[in-house]
Amino acid sequence: MHAHLFIPCLVEHFRPEIGEATARVLARLGVVPVVPSGQTCCGQPLYKTGFADEVRALAEHFLDLFDDAEAVVSPSGSCVAMIRAYPSLFEDVSLRRRAEETASRTFEFSEFLVERLGVTDAGAGFRARAAYHDSCQVGRGLGVRRPPRTLLAGVRGLELVELASSDDCCGFGGAFSARFPEISGAIREAKVRDILASGAEVVVAAEVSCLSHIARGLRDAGADHVRAMHVAEVLDQGFASGSEEAAS
Amino acid sequence: MKSRADTFAALTRKAAGNRHQARILAGASAHFISKRKAAFEAVPHPAELVRRATEARERTLGKLPELLLRLEERLGDAGVRVHWAADADEAVAVVSDIAREEGVSTVVKGKSMITEEIGLNAALESMGLDVLETDLGEYIVQLAGEGPSHIIAPAVHKSREEVARLFEEKLGQTAREAEELTMIARRVLRERFLTADMGITGVNMAVAETGTLVLLENEGNIRLSTTCPRVHVAVMSLEKVVEDFDDVAAVLAVLPRSATGQKLSSYVSFLTGSRRGDEHDGAEVTHLVILDNGRSRLHADPELRSMLRCVRCGACLAACPVYRAVGGHAYGWVYAGPIGALLTPGLLGLEHAADMPAACTTCGACAEVCPVSIRHHDILQTMRIRQAKSGQTSLALRAGAWLFAHLARRPAVFGIAGVLARLASPMGMPRGRKPFSRRWPALRNRLERASAKGHGGKD
Repeated sequence: MHAHLFIPCLVEHFRPEIGEATARVLARLGVVPVVPSGQTCCGQPLYKTGFADEVRALAEHFLDLFDDAEAVVSPSGSCVAMIRAYPSLFEDVSLRRRAEETASRTFEFSEFLVERLGVTDAGAGFRARAAYHDSCQVGRGLGVRRPPRTLLAGVRGLELVELASSDDCCGFGGAFSARFPEISGAIREAKVRDILASGAEVVVAAEVSCLSHIARGLRDAGADHVRAMHVAEVLDQGFASGSEEAAS
Repeated sequence: MKSRADTFAALTRKAAGNRHQARILAGASAHFISKRKAAFEAVPHPAELVRRATEARERTLGKLPELLLRLEERLGDAGVRVHWAADADEAVAVVSDIAREEGVSTVVKGKSMITEEIGLNAALESMGLDVLETDLGEYIVQLAGEGPSHIIAPAVHKSREEVARLFEEKLGQTAREAEELTMIARRVLRERFLTADMGITGVNMAVAETGTLVLLENEGNIRLSTTCPRVHVAVMSLEKVVEDFDDVAAVLAVLPRSATGQKLSSYVSFLTGSRRGDEHDGAEVTHLVILDNGRSRLHADPELRSMLRCVRCGACLAACPVYRAVGGHAYGWVYAGPIGALLTPGLLGLEHAADMPAACTTCGACAEVCPVSIRHHDILQTMRIRQAKSGQTSLALRAGAWLFAHLARRPAVFGIAGVLARLASPMGMPRGRKPFSRRWPALRNRLERASAKGHGGKD
């Protein structure tokens, strides 16, 4: 089967290795990744700041690129949540239906692996003590809490520990972190304290923005030794590297 | 109470730096959340309790005018004097008049957010009345000259040491342990209950079917405030009416659990009118003030109306990462946390609390704990959309949004903008400096070759 990858703008511009890991993991599982060119943004920065009407054009652009896909997979739960909100943006019935159908075939990465492909062991190996952060958009937004943990539990050598409050917000909140940096930083401090208290060497999440935000917080706390990795990056570990570089 | 919500952004900036307060709030919030969780996990069908409470509150909103009229009739039958107040000034005038007519000089008060909202204490004190807050937390903040910082735990921002110092300073007596400090307060308050002329309380629910006022508490100060003084004045906002005792039961099943993890509050009072004939306890005269102050306008707004289902449990505060970081005073008005972020713009107007809708990470923890299914973060998102549509956003934000929308429709230009963003960004340049789309063709080739070899990507 083929899966069209929706690459979040944060991955495109700031963490391309997460996109690469996503593609490699899918390929190993027998899914052919397709990346339509001309992708830009799901529109959530506009939507979340109240400019909902302006997202419509981006939603149409998304449909033009993806509506013939067997499945659309994204390493970002917040993008998937935005895409699932696209139908509500359209008054035109046929556009709305197109959006509904495409959204029904759009999945967050770990959700796709576990619930669509039935994968629990992606064949990865990674020796580390890891804690999973339940990103708000993934856990509460999409109801995806077990799949990432299932996948991480299947990683050879990985010791998975639970945070005391794994589903507490990291404090990023999109534009929130720019508009209210002091509050954002204070919330992040609590999350970093929780991570450090768990003894984890790696914090894993299914949301790129959380990872970048948490990484900043770990650096500020002088805890550079704790890595912030995406689920896809962890599942990409432990394979012989030849001409391809595994993300490390 | 005068609102400072228009300075919310500045208030939160200052409050976010208060690590001492943040530690206290983190502890208190974690405590409330774990108690709440345990209480709901102890019942066989927690979702069913929430569903029933939501349905009861939603039904009230669906027939609000009818229920209020029925309530007024039944209250009249029970001998309660009913007063309708369109706004804070009218409500204050009503209570002041009652105090004057009844020759009141001392007042004891149960904890009531609505009386904070209308600024009742200050008004009565300016008339020369002695007004004493009798809820321990309210008593503490009153002694300290502050307002309450939390819907159900008004002095949550104060540590035991701070309270001990306060009692030493204001009462000339102190102690080290919380229980002893409480006993000091109890002795002071006891005397005042027995000698006060008037008791003022809020109302948790007003039952339309019978004209009964329902009040919940853990300390007993409401029992004493409503039964010792000659006059009882209850103040309620108009959405607190419920249809019948099935609704009371539905709300009682979730409110104490959601607030403090209790199956039921220590005292639940059902007051139907004043003392009768040969009864020994109870007020001789009971008044109810029904306040609008912006609620009927909210009620008429379908996208905002659900916030009126609120039963004031405070769970959303305990769950909210923003509240935990800044505390209650930063919200600048009476109501704090997610429900405060809704009620303040809802009752005062968005233009008076313009920063509140954006001050939310949309984490959804509030909606997850709300016993009456309010989706606070979704309503805040609706407010953001309204602000953008009505041009209530800053020029910089509008310009930024316009630019982003245009760039995002043109992939080539978006790519260039991405390069610039990478250069400027604190997240830094990714290794290799190429965006994903420029790396993809080579990766795709490698994957195709690997798959052709039958290894699915492994070498």
